[in-house]
Amino acid sequence: MTRTLSLRRRLTNGFMLSLTGVCTALVLGILFFILGYIAYHGISALDWDFFTKLPKPVGEHGGGMANAIVGTVKLLALASLIGVPIGFFGGVYLSEYGRKNTFGFLIRYAADILNGIPSIVMGIFAYTIVVLPLGHFSTVAGGVALGIMMIPIAVRSTEEFLKLVPASIREAALALGLTEWKVVSFVVIPTALRGIITGIMLDLARVAGETAPLLFTAFSNRFWSRGWLEPTASLPVMIYTYAVAPYDDWHRQAWAAGMVLLMLVLGANLLSRMILHRQLRG
Amino acid sequence: MVLFRRPGVSPADRLFRATVFTMAVSVLVITGVIAYELVRNSRLPIEKFGWAFLWGTTWDPVAERFGALPFLYGTLVSSALALLIAVPVGLGVAIFLSELAPRWLSDPAAFMVELLAAIPSVIYGLIGIFVLVPWVRNVLEPALSGTLGFLPLFRGAPYGVGMLTAGLVLATMVVPFIVSVSREILMAVPHSQREAILSLGATRWEMVRVAVLPYARSGIMGSVFLALARALGETMAVTMVIGNRPEIRLSLFEPGYTMAAVIANEFTEATSDLYVQTLIEIGLVLFAVTILVNAVARLLIYSVFTKVEVRE
Repeated sequence: MTRTLSLRRRLTNGFMLSLTGVCTALVLGILFFILGYIAYHGISALDWDFFTKLPKPVGEHGGGMANAIVGTVKLLALASLIGVPIGFFGGVYLSEYGRKNTFGFLIRYAADILNGIPSIVMGIFAYTIVVLPLGHFSTVAGGVALGIMMIPIAVRSTEEFLKLVPASIREAALALGLTEWKVVSFVVIPTALRGIITGIMLDLARVAGETAPLLFTAFSNRFWSRGWLEPTASLPVMIYTYAVAPYDDWHRQAWAAGMVLLMLVLGANLLSRMILHRQLRG
Repeated sequence: MVLFRRPGVSPADRLFRATVFTMAVSVLVITGVIAYELVRNSRLPIEKFGWAFLWGTTWDPVAERFGALPFLYGTLVSSALALLIAVPVGLGVAIFLSELAPRWLSDPAAFMVELLAAIPSVIYGLIGIFVLVPWVRNVLEPALSGTLGFLPLFRGAPYGVGMLTAGLVLATMVVPFIVSVSREILMAVPHSQREAILSLGATRWEMVRVAVLPYARSGIMGSVFLALARALGETMAVTMVIGNRPEIRLSLFEPGYTMAAVIANEFTEATSDLYVQTLIEIGLVLFAVTILVNAVARLLIYSVFTKVEVRE
């Protein structure tokens, strides 16, 4: 009797535990499949023209996405202009002044809410505050949408890395007679700087791939966008437009753009992990 | 902990505090302004349709008659389907990584699962269109209707695009959220829990089922809600595979539409103010739902970590 019971228990044990292994293999398998598939189609589609030429009209073979690459860079620059100062100083506030008070809690909570807002809703918001007053789509509007999306992660990661700085370092600096702002600016922040920069880099990588908030803010553009008030093309929006269009040559270029975007995002993730790993050990 | 409380704060300190404080306040202000702008810019449909907007089933931009139910239905069903797949799988991965895998395997594997969350949505859409849709059309849907075809859920022509495909893509996209949060929560379960039940002669699986999972239950629920919030708001990948048809159909093979997808697709084509504002109102509904779901998620996750802190 005990023997059969223990056999059943052993079997259940083995079965359920291997099932968890199967789940893990499945999920990692999907990751490798996606990476492999994008690499396979992307490499064969990628050529020099992709980086240097403008998109060709429908029906003409070839062309590239130079304008979309520049557009993505411009959008990210604008986004950093909004997201980095607010995120960085907000994080400094939370770590240095708002650890246990109600106001700190409120800001932290607002950042979490902001982080949970769907990206398409951010697009609507940028549309109502930039596109409607200006009367047309613009690079600025796209930058605003992405910039606001950057804030919550920048706030929370800056806060986390500043919190890792031991209180003894702050006390030592204060004991030397440094004023409060000098302690924070020249002692605490430099100590945590590597982590903070890594956090912001990851944040940028995340918004670099956002499509939904750009659809009706930065819109798209078949040509070079002159200045900041014209609509601009961007890599994610181009991938979307090209993928849903019925032309084979456009599909080919969508794969190429997908690979460039993926390399950007994964590169940032791997780099940040290497940097942080070294910091934690050293 | 108040780090700085000293008499005689210098003017420079005050300036520094003011700067830092202003930036922090702006996070709060922006969140408020988003809500305000969404409400302000959906005045027209709110006045015209009232609450009936939420259960209206007609979507006729030409006649300007709008009801949001098909989109609410599509969003809820595709997200539910995604969770149905992602929760058991994600929990399996989390259990494997926290209870079974040695450290040298667990950390890199967890990092790789998190990479899945870093892949941009539009790339999931790309893979969805060119790989998943043909596979679902040629393999999965015929197989399902062959075996489970007696259920109304699995009937109809295999289009490939539709609710089922959207659910599969969404499941892949939210699995990393379930894994990373659940894994951390499982690792926060005190070792005494495990040792106690193992000393009573339980097997590894019984330990997980009896001692670890119940302890972490509210945190795991939190990760599920977090994943749900992601799934509800996900736009591009869903837009690319769900078929975009504003109808309510029982079969999962049929095309559907979600709130996020209709905004993405029709916003730039919306010609009248009422049409644009109706889409903004859909955004407002989406905003409200995700905030609610997120708030529940945070509370649940927070409760686990305070429980662990108190007991240890």
